[in-house]
Amino acid sequence: MAVDHLPYLALSRFGLGARAGDGLAAAGHDPKGAVLAEIGRPTSLDAAGLLATPEALRELDEFRSERAKARQRAEDARSEADRKAREAAIYGPPPPPPPLRNPAQDIYRTEAERRFQAAQDAGIGFAERLVWFWSNHFCVAAAKGQSVRITAGAFEREAIRPHVFGRFADMLLAVEMHPAMLIFLDNRQSVGPNSRAGERRGRGLNENLAREILELHTLGVGGGYSQADVTNLALAITGWTVVGPFDEDNELGEFHFNANRHEPGAPTVLGRAYAQPGVAKGRAVLADIARHPATARFIATKLVRHFVADEPPAGLVQRVAEAFSASDGDLPSVYRALVEAKEAWAAPLAKVRSPQEFLAAASRALDRPPRGPQVLNLLNGLGQPLWNPPGPNGFPDIAAHWASAEGLKTRLDVAVQLSRQAGGIDPRERLETVLGPAASHETRQAVARAESREQGLALLLMSPEFQRR
Amino acid sequence: MSDDCEIMTPTRRAVLGAAGALFAWSFVPRFAHAAGGRDARFVTIVLRGALDGLSAVAPVGDPDYAALRESIALQTGGTDPALPLDGFFALHPAMPNFARLYKAGQALVVHAVATGYRERSHFDGQDVLESGQPGPGRVETGWLNRLALALPAGERVSPGAAGARLLGVGAVAPLVVRGRAPVLGWAPPTVPRAGEDLAARLLDLYGQRDPQLAAALAAGLDTERLARREGMAGERLAGGPADPRGMNQIAEGAARLIAADDGPRIAALAFEGWDTHANEGGAKGQLANRLGGLDNALASFERILGPRWKDTAIMVVTEFGRTARINGTVGTDHGTGTAAFLAGGAVKGGRVVADWPGLKESQLFEARDLKPTADLRAVAKGVLADLFGVSAPVLAADIFPDSAGILPMRGLVA
Repeated sequence: MAVDHLPYLALSRFGLGARAGDGLAAAGHDPKGAVLAEIGRPTSLDAAGLLATPEALRELDEFRSERAKARQRAEDARSEADRKAREAAIYGPPPPPPPLRNPAQDIYRTEAERRFQAAQDAGIGFAERLVWFWSNHFCVAAAKGQSVRITAGAFEREAIRPHVFGRFADMLLAVEMHPAMLIFLDNRQSVGPNSRAGERRGRGLNENLAREILELHTLGVGGGYSQADVTNLALAITGWTVVGPFDEDNELGEFHFNANRHEPGAPTVLGRAYAQPGVAKGRAVLADIARHPATARFIATKLVRHFVADEPPAGLVQRVAEAFSASDGDLPSVYRALVEAKEAWAAPLAKVRSPQEFLAAASRALDRPPRGPQVLNLLNGLGQPLWNPPGPNGFPDIAAHWASAEGLKTRLDVAVQLSRQAGGIDPRERLETVLGPAASHETRQAVARAESREQGLALLLMSPEFQRR
Repeated sequence: MSDDCEIMTPTRRAVLGAAGALFAWSFVPRFAHAAGGRDARFVTIVLRGALDGLSAVAPVGDPDYAALRESIALQTGGTDPALPLDGFFALHPAMPNFARLYKAGQALVVHAVATGYRERSHFDGQDVLESGQPGPGRVETGWLNRLALALPAGERVSPGAAGARLLGVGAVAPLVVRGRAPVLGWAPPTVPRAGEDLAARLLDLYGQRDPQLAAALAAGLDTERLARREGMAGERLAGGPADPRGMNQIAEGAARLIAADDGPRIAALAFEGWDTHANEGGAKGQLANRLGGLDNALASFERILGPRWKDTAIMVVTEFGRTARINGTVGTDHGTGTAAFLAGGAVKGGRVVADWPGLKESQLFEARDLKPTADLRAVAKGVLADLFGVSAPVLAADIFPDSAGILPMRGLVA
């Protein structure tokens, strides 16, 4: 990579692209130093007025009970109408229930807007990229239901963001104890078969969360765990639940350890027995899994795949995994090993920006932060609905997935729309600002020869230099 | 309810007999079906949100139906009467095209049907429906994709323009088509389409600088050209997949793509908005509007497929049904058994296939839902066996894993 391309590389590979305002200068004369400088710097998300998870769940609960009351009123009115109808032998239509607004969609939209505003405001955007990386690694999916949709944004702010520059073990614990995750992967319902609740009601274990913790969150497939480990981890975290509407002793919507559902005993996970009492048992298992060598390798592989190449260079993965193990999962140390690696600056730009990254980069280049509803619509259209991946393994992180036929064609349509909305920008000047010396002769020519400013901007946004990272 | 229902009502025994005959066919050795190397088309339409099968295909002959459904019960007389199917079942009046196909022997209903899923989460229910797995949680591949892998290459199902025999409609292909076999993606545009001149310029730039992006964009433009060839204007998605106009637009696009000789042969699309918890409506209203959208979509397939309609089967399925009794907001909540539709020139139609469980409280599943008496996998397996000649072991092991006990319902397709 030529030296004069390095600011562009820093912004593309590690960030969210150059902004119209400061352009490539954001990566300055020391691009690597500029990326490293974002490690540990607090992210700029404006959380004013956003609801914490219990508040959001309480709003949903209020909405549901209002709706239930409205249904009951309608039911009563119908019975009354029934009685009157029998008396008068006239059957009137039941009165329609009053309209009620579900708060989930509003909250989802506001969260989306703040998240993209943070992406707009970020310097290089390495911290935001890391938030997005972890958010996809530890994903929840809004399609699970309203209670996940309404807490998906809060989940990212509460469980991911505070730990992005902390320890992996802390992020893991925050994620697995978060109501959104406990709801999404069904641990809320899990009951130890020999617990008091299990014996009384004959309800049972749900292994969903335990399986995904091992398979997707820590060790990875082939990480050396067995079905018995899955079951025993599931037993260790029985009772990790969310306070429901009928539990009067606790605050609705918060994490709650329900001792009645907790399986007694000392389950063995990965060869070690855990006899700690109550919630400490699960915490101890997670703490050990977090520092397992397979976890270090799995996380290193995913990070290198995300930032560098679909086929992660083995040597680099090795070094990042060593940094993970040597620092006991101190994430800044892990990121430094990645950013300081030669390969990270030498590998060709073979990755393709995900729809989220493309939208953020385009908004930064055009200096137009997208609004909540538009963000959600465009992300739906581009195949990466926000906080709503098709499964618990998150969105795929390889170029071929995002460079699909339909995906790229839709991206072109979106580029045209964004360029139209931006208006009045000289595409040749903007090319210099956001790509600079990295722009190829062919891209320069295509942009310069465009038949209109809009078309020129769309070509800039769709150019290989803008799509690749 | 009209008086002649009593005479027309098939007894449970009689319906059982008919279903038994169907099942018996599966023991006849398979040969010479789909003779002449039929170039079949198979479309799966997923109705997301759980279709109320009791409103779509109403058991007007069941003595308990009207009381359960109160103001939204379909009527056999008066204004907007339900469309009679066999005297016991009547079709929702918003579906005249399906009724016409039914009369022509090109459409049928399977009633009191469900997947193997017995809980009530949309999310998990759709995963089970589309993955073809016995339970939730295994969502890597869908059963249509595994079907494509099981079909012999180059036989009956042509690989199509972009090398894909599968079409997945939507920004994200529905799970039912996802997997190792290549899938052609298409969706009605959500934003205005970029002009052809711009697309050509970009393709030229990619051609000079980036072969991977060039290949992907070229394939995307090819698909669009294929979709446009028979007159699709590329108009923006009107209202989305929960809107009757959007449904029709999606259907038209999919129909044009699978009608093309070099297009895919197997398609999956999804219509949304069937989660009718409140103000579901009877002959008119919310559900009626969506059923009308589905009905028009089926008619569009028939029209656009033209001569290929005779080799086509369209299966309309949903993740589960809704409660038998209406709720306090004149809607229905998540239930179990529901109805599935089959339409197409290849369908041996003109009948409702049902082992009717009845609607008395004791006959309902968990005293609240229509009890499923047929497995949706049996329906799908039967169609795939008859349409593509897929063998029973492949159906039971690869396409619908662990379903050896669920026999293909043969004879639904001619």
